[in-house]
Amino acid sequence: MSVEVSSATSGPSSFPGLSKAAWQDVAAEGALSAAQAHDVDLSDEQLRALYRLMALSRRVDRQAINLTRQGALGVFASSHGQEAAQVGSVFALDADDWLFPTYRETVGTFARGVDVVELLALFSGSWHCGFDPYRYRVAPLTTPLATQALHAVGLAMAARIKHDPIVALTFFGDGAASEGDAHEALNMAAVYSAPVVFVVQNNGYAISVPFRLQTRTSSIALRAAGVGMPGIRVDGNDVVSVYGAVKTAVDRARRGDGPTLVEAVTYRLEAHTTADDTTRYRSDDEAAEWRARDPVEGFLRVLREGGVVDEAFLAEVDAEGEATAAIMRDALFGAPAGDPREMFDHVYATPTAQLEGQRALLEREMQAAEES
Amino acid sequence: MELTMAGALNAALRDSMREDDTVVVYGEDVGRLGGVFRITDGLQAEMGADRCFDTPVAESGIAGTAIGMALYGLRPVVEMQFDGFSYPALNQVISHVAKYRNRTRGHVGLPLVIRIPYGGGIGAVEHHSESPEAYYTHTAGLTVVSPGTPADAYALLRASIALDDPVIFLEPKRRYWLKEDLDLPVTAPPIGEAIVRRAGTTATVIAYGPMVTTAMEAATRAAVESGWDLEVVDVRTLSPLDMDTLVASATKTGRALVVHEAARFVGYGAEIAAELSERAFGYLAAPVLRVTGFDVPYPSAKIERHFLPDADRILDAVARLLEY
Repeated sequence: MSVEVSSATSGPSSFPGLSKAAWQDVAAEGALSAAQAHDVDLSDEQLRALYRLMALSRRVDRQAINLTRQGALGVFASSHGQEAAQVGSVFALDADDWLFPTYRETVGTFARGVDVVELLALFSGSWHCGFDPYRYRVAPLTTPLATQALHAVGLAMAARIKHDPIVALTFFGDGAASEGDAHEALNMAAVYSAPVVFVVQNNGYAISVPFRLQTRTSSIALRAAGVGMPGIRVDGNDVVSVYGAVKTAVDRARRGDGPTLVEAVTYRLEAHTTADDTTRYRSDDEAAEWRARDPVEGFLRVLREGGVVDEAFLAEVDAEGEATAAIMRDALFGAPAGDPREMFDHVYATPTAQLEGQRALLEREMQAAEES
Repeated sequence: MELTMAGALNAALRDSMREDDTVVVYGEDVGRLGGVFRITDGLQAEMGADRCFDTPVAESGIAGTAIGMALYGLRPVVEMQFDGFSYPALNQVISHVAKYRNRTRGHVGLPLVIRIPYGGGIGAVEHHSESPEAYYTHTAGLTVVSPGTPADAYALLRASIALDDPVIFLEPKRRYWLKEDLDLPVTAPPIGEAIVRRAGTTATVIAYGPMVTTAMEAATRAAVESGWDLEVVDVRTLSPLDMDTLVASATKTGRALVVHEAARFVGYGAEIAAELSERAFGYLAAPVLRVTGFDVPYPSAKIERHFLPDADRILDAVARLLEY
């Protein structure tokens, strides 16, 4: 069998500048249009805010990789190269909106405001997500693929029932798009016109399996036509375009006009996780092509050309990045394992007699270990 | 008034929705049709399509969206149309429904109910007579309930909807038409308590869901045919299990068996037998026996009566208990 598909790496790469976004729409008959330019209303202050979040994200990501190599984190799934797709998306949300991330969206979740130490709980080997979802209106980083997309749809349906004008944004990847839950989520959101924005970060690989083995089509966005919602394909390495596309989708959802599927075409510059080895499945040349389109450096270049940032601002951002990295080091090196007895506390609202019995057993074991 | 179990479940849903406007009911065919078993009959007409509605045929979607709804403060009560079609939702149930409170260190409880008509005995085609209770009771974080009478169907469903933890509510579909004289709202012991349905001295018969009726029938016949005075204990809540009531009964009678439709191997009865042997060993005159379905895929409707435990199979086991 021969599989002829266009590569995910040939994304819609037209960077239109700081006041324009460009994306391809999925037409009703299910074909991608040519990229269209759209005005984006971002002030210089907002552009600087976007850059700050991307630069900090990059620093947080690098620090998390270092902490993993040094043993402070058990594993880490890097967002290196995907900062624009994540930061641009969450930047389009309002304070009351909800975010449903996966383990790939550490920096998007960071950019949404979740405390950086709390959000790394998953990778530090903790049994819990590390933060209170209600405090940040962010669901736990989720590892069973695409499952969280249905939670976003349910929350959005509930918001509609309560007449709350909020939006739920969920991320998933090109690999997760093959899961049944991804289809069920897209379809149910469309059927109920739920205020959901689906952002697929198409980074070309599901661990080692390339995009062409996930689908015979050239784009995840095309699926929007199959469920009856608008689909958008955008350069996921251009933060202004990602923001513009997702903001359009968020506004549409908030107006009551239903969900949108946004495909942000990007590339995972690092391995799947710190436990992965990319040399077994992809070439250095391919990665080098994408390195040349680095979303953080590219954005900085145009901000400088446009006179939006000066060296003092950049030094400030650098310093904040170093301070954030220091906070991560301080908190995560030698972090206590926690009290093992707490494993019984949150299984049910009230621990059952069965769990109380098992807690007592553990208590005796721990006491005996202490005494010996 | 005389009410069937189906009617009692319908009344429980209606009363819960009337009392608490955060309760929403949805699933396949539950809206306009009122459910294939009519458990949700009339709810959409009374409560509106925002609170009782039909879904696409997507069981994982039904369970997954219920999580999001509960996260946002609603109390969803969703229906899996048949036991055999609940399996696509298992990933959501095991990975999230059961674990969300723990995953969020207690910040997010999920007050939701997943109703599943389960078990055989209605002459159904394949995949419509499954007994999946062991899958759910083996999963930490779930509360698993199965009523054996119309009164309990009403009381336990009301209590399940009011609970701040997720509940798998297993409805014994062959007993949907079982009738009982009830004054609503009927009250009953809470979730987590077993009940002695019939006090006796000869041996303890432990049952739940569809087998409660069968166990009671066996006890009635035993009294007449053999002069045995059987004690019948209805488990009611499969998880968390009220082992104290079971231990007290087995300790008193000195002989116990557990009966369920599900297959025997690594079945729910094995847990009860093991716990009784640990906690009542000194009081038992005989090993705890299991009266169950066979370790085969559920058989065809034409021969299902040979698979399903009935009063005869229970009484044969009682005779074996008495041989020790």
